[in-house]
Amino acid sequence: MNARPLSWAPGEASEAPLPVGGLAFLACRSGALWLERERLLVVADLHLEKGSAFAARGRMLPPYDSRATLAALAAVVARFRPATVLVLGDGLHDGRALERIPAEDLAALRALQGRADWIWVAGNHDPVAPAGLGGQGCDEIVVGDVAFRHEPKPGETGPELAGHLHPAAKVGGRGRAVRRRCFVSNGRRCVMPAFGAYAGGLNVLDRAFAPLFGARFTAHVAGAERVYTVAPAQLRPD
Amino acid sequence: MCRPAHGCWPAPRDDAEVFGRYLLGVNAPAPDAALLPPRFAAWFAARGWAPRPHQLALLGKARAGRSALLVAPTGAGKTLAGFLPSLVELAEAPPGGLEGRGLHTLYVSPLKALATDIARNLEAPIAEMGLPIRIETRTGDTPAHKRARQVQRPPDILMTTPEQLALMLAHRDARALFRNLRRVVLDELHALVTSKRGDLLSLGLARLWRLAPNLTSVGLSATVREPDDLRRYLAPQGRGAIALESHGVVAPESRGAVAVPNGGLAQPMADLVVVEGGARPDIRILEGARILPLAGHNAVHALGDVYEAIKAHRTSLVFVNTRMQAEFMFQELWRINEDGLPIALHHGSLDVAQRRRVEAAMTAGQLRAVVCTSTLDLGIDWGDVDLVINIGAPKGASRLMQRIGRSNHRMDEASQALLVPANRFEIMECRAALDAVEEAAQDTPDARVGALDVLAQHVLGMACAEPFDANELFAEVTSASPYAGLPREDFDRVLAFVATGGYALATYERFAKIRRGKDGLWRASNPRVAQQYRMNVGAIVEAAMLKVRLGRIKHARPGSPGVVARGGRVLGEVEEYFAEGLLPGDTFVFAGEVLRFEALAENEVVVSRAPAGTDPKVPSYAGGKFPLSTFLAARVRAMLADPGEWGRLPGGVAEWLENQRQRSLVPRRDDLLVETFPRAGRHYLVAYPFEGRLAHQTLGMLLTRRLERLRLRPLGFVATDYGLAVWGLSDLNAAVAQGRLDLAELFSEDMLGDDLEEWLDESALMKRTFRQCAIIAGLIERNHPGQRKTGRQVTMSTDLVYDVLRRHEPDHILLKATRQDAATGLLDLKRLAGMLSRVRGRIVHKALERVSPLAISVMLEIGREAVYGEAAEDILAEAEAQMMDEALGERAPA
Repeated sequence: MNARPLSWAPGEASEAPLPVGGLAFLACRSGALWLERERLLVVADLHLEKGSAFAARGRMLPPYDSRATLAALAAVVARFRPATVLVLGDGLHDGRALERIPAEDLAALRALQGRADWIWVAGNHDPVAPAGLGGQGCDEIVVGDVAFRHEPKPGETGPELAGHLHPAAKVGGRGRAVRRRCFVSNGRRCVMPAFGAYAGGLNVLDRAFAPLFGARFTAHVAGAERVYTVAPAQLRPD
Repeated sequence: MCRPAHGCWPAPRDDAEVFGRYLLGVNAPAPDAALLPPRFAAWFAARGWAPRPHQLALLGKARAGRSALLVAPTGAGKTLAGFLPSLVELAEAPPGGLEGRGLHTLYVSPLKALATDIARNLEAPIAEMGLPIRIETRTGDTPAHKRARQVQRPPDILMTTPEQLALMLAHRDARALFRNLRRVVLDELHALVTSKRGDLLSLGLARLWRLAPNLTSVGLSATVREPDDLRRYLAPQGRGAIALESHGVVAPESRGAVAVPNGGLAQPMADLVVVEGGARPDIRILEGARILPLAGHNAVHALGDVYEAIKAHRTSLVFVNTRMQAEFMFQELWRINEDGLPIALHHGSLDVAQRRRVEAAMTAGQLRAVVCTSTLDLGIDWGDVDLVINIGAPKGASRLMQRIGRSNHRMDEASQALLVPANRFEIMECRAALDAVEEAAQDTPDARVGALDVLAQHVLGMACAEPFDANELFAEVTSASPYAGLPREDFDRVLAFVATGGYALATYERFAKIRRGKDGLWRASNPRVAQQYRMNVGAIVEAAMLKVRLGRIKHARPGSPGVVARGGRVLGEVEEYFAEGLLPGDTFVFAGEVLRFEALAENEVVVSRAPAGTDPKVPSYAGGKFPLSTFLAARVRAMLADPGEWGRLPGGVAEWLENQRQRSLVPRRDDLLVETFPRAGRHYLVAYPFEGRLAHQTLGMLLTRRLERLRLRPLGFVATDYGLAVWGLSDLNAAVAQGRLDLAELFSEDMLGDDLEEWLDESALMKRTFRQCAIIAGLIERNHPGQRKTGRQVTMSTDLVYDVLRRHEPDHILLKATRQDAATGLLDLKRLAGMLSRVRGRIVHKALERVSPLAISVMLEIGREAVYGEAAEDILAEAEAQMMDEALGERAPA
């Protein structure tokens, strides 16, 4: 058995370089991507107010998911001080999320929006940009050669950054398995992990990823201390 | 064979009616024989039987309208005793006929098979006496139309399970259904009350006391340490008892009822009827000529002797502690079964049809031996067993006695039992258990404090039945003995949880599942609530299991997922979490073979046989499922501390302990020995608390954290029932000598403060515990069979929910419920806390140059037992390193 890394010194970069289609992103263990060149912070699938959506169906999940998600977002915003925050779809869990969101969480969201330009890319859960919130809505956006859109397009040949699938990697070893959110990338296409506190994960070996990546990709797995780059051979299905 | 002297087996009680041995076929008139109507007396006589004194005693209790606990060994005719009063009463029923009479007697058992079995046994006397009595069973297998009919037109006697009772009580017609209920019979009560199912049943009982004013309860139990706990379970308690009386419900009076000055609350008890044990059991510890191994649980060394014992008896039950051991023992016995004796296998993960076949063959006397786990612990009558063999250590004295009771259902003959220790520690444990049996000392667990998640489920069920007043429901709930001490605040928080989740951030009012109306009563908000309740009922959350199939994977090309070749045999099932840890190529022991893991395919674990001589790479847990009882642990420690006792121990134990004394030391009874020594480039710390595997696992986690903070670079640990070994890279002898490691501080009780809190944030065991509470409490959906895909999503989301809830509302009632579970369950914190307090100032350190004889026994479990560590980051780092290696490797040839 190997010794674990002695400690992760605070201040040491917990991000890993993740180039996609010529853009030099940094992948954060929180699930965000940072593009220094544009001072652009990208997060996908916040699913704000997913908890209260369950409550409406009789499952009273703790109503703190929005504030957990927004606190994590505030932390990366504080770290990078972005000029622009881009939410890559499914920012809100559904069209009535703003009717349910606690007032202080809404205030926290507005405060974040005050610190950067804000772009809502449309997702399947929130096809139109939320009315009553600041920021600009769009279906997709292109930076350099890379198209930023919520749902990845398997047929597309141009470089692409997407969300939607909530990738998670399961890594086995020592008679155990660790399942964590991850970025999955082949250098031209990258699918981001979900950022939301209650957003579950879909195993990257699931067939949904096959048309996008085939067998050639790397998973960039969000650990507690940093992002680990893992090859498909080390991954396990669920 | 003579009757043991009083005071020896078991001790008589002042407040109990104690009945001695009785003989079959003796027609000496019993004192209460007049209680028996002529038709019944004639039935007994025709069969050459006399009613047993305790059967008549229970009849007397019923006539007097009193509740009772019957404590009797197996074979005493407990079941008939429990039902006789109902049969007599129903036989004498008014001429109104069966229709409209309503449900008279409810029988609740922990096993649906038991309910079915008992129903069958009762049919005989009913038919033979021509009694106009209708008996039915109701289990999860009963078709919906029959269940509906049972509510509308109930039988006289209904046999059911705690879950079905909960469902019936949540029915809109519950009040009418149970209004005329006279009697409730709780079978195997000693087994039921130790679990959350017992909590669920106690709440059901509390509701029955309210619905049925004339109800008396009867508990049937094996011998237990504290019968008064069970007697209280059978009678409405404290505040509840008083409140019920104010409702015109007369609580069953009780002789010997004690008014405890506990806030002036009454703690009434049912009457106690005890049947003394029959003949003293004849128990031997197998003393083979060989010296026993230092570790392991398989008892391979004893196979030949076990086989000979089976040959020398008519029918043997071979008890083992885990499913894996059962598989292994079964395979090994057949390997040496030269006489082709019919030996069968019975355990919980076998196919139901297969189990039923074994049970039928057993009852028909066609089998010579059955290798089984605790699935056969409970009181189903499997026929004529004349030998019980217990492989490994019994883990508890009462458990051992109940198992031995499976042999010989005629009380007058001695039960024969053979204890087969698998290693040297187990010899001491077997000896301690045998001593306890000889003293009739019991170590059944303490009475439970009712679980809050079960309460939440019950509150929702009650709202589905009919609107309730919170004060009245609180009084009712606290009449159940597990909930007698429930603080009102906790009840109110559970109520709030059921209604809206009970969060400090109250945003779910408009989604409330139950609401308080203008009349002050709480009611379900909509019909969907009742539907959700029905889907969720029950206090058991099954671990997800996966089939293990022999097969070969065909790869289309290297690295592709591959296709499973068909036709392989299913070897059995493993827990999903075990399968999750396997990588293709990993080898492990299952079904007595070393298997190679190939793939997970279509929810099955596909394996191939590993080449002969392969060492299993992944440890499969082979230790006891039940941790060593505190009582036996204390006895083992005492035995260890007293060299005068060593001579009584076979199998090389005395020499082993003498060796330990010379090379290290043998701890005194209440001391904790901690040894540190180097070995093969690692440094070890081995401690011997004897507090059971679960408490040791928790201790290991916490010690590892502390050592890490001290920069002593721990790598992992292994825990057994007797001790634990932690290893790492730093020289621990030197650290102690230089004062960098203070063992008293390392083992100080404050580890249960911040260290524990930190660990709980990430503990997989805690998350598993939370998930179970969340399911039982109805926070998330139950995972029903065939819904594995959804099950996985649930697993993920409860972990996420746990993280969020712990961070944002650490005092939430569901986290309180989780902590209460963890204290006695997977983390065994209660026991760990007791141990840390016991050893304060009594830690004896021995710095050694090399491993000690005692330490070898613990260290040999490395590779057999799961090895723990906070390995999540390491696993990721190793996977990454592997990729780097491959990347470099690819470049190298170029």
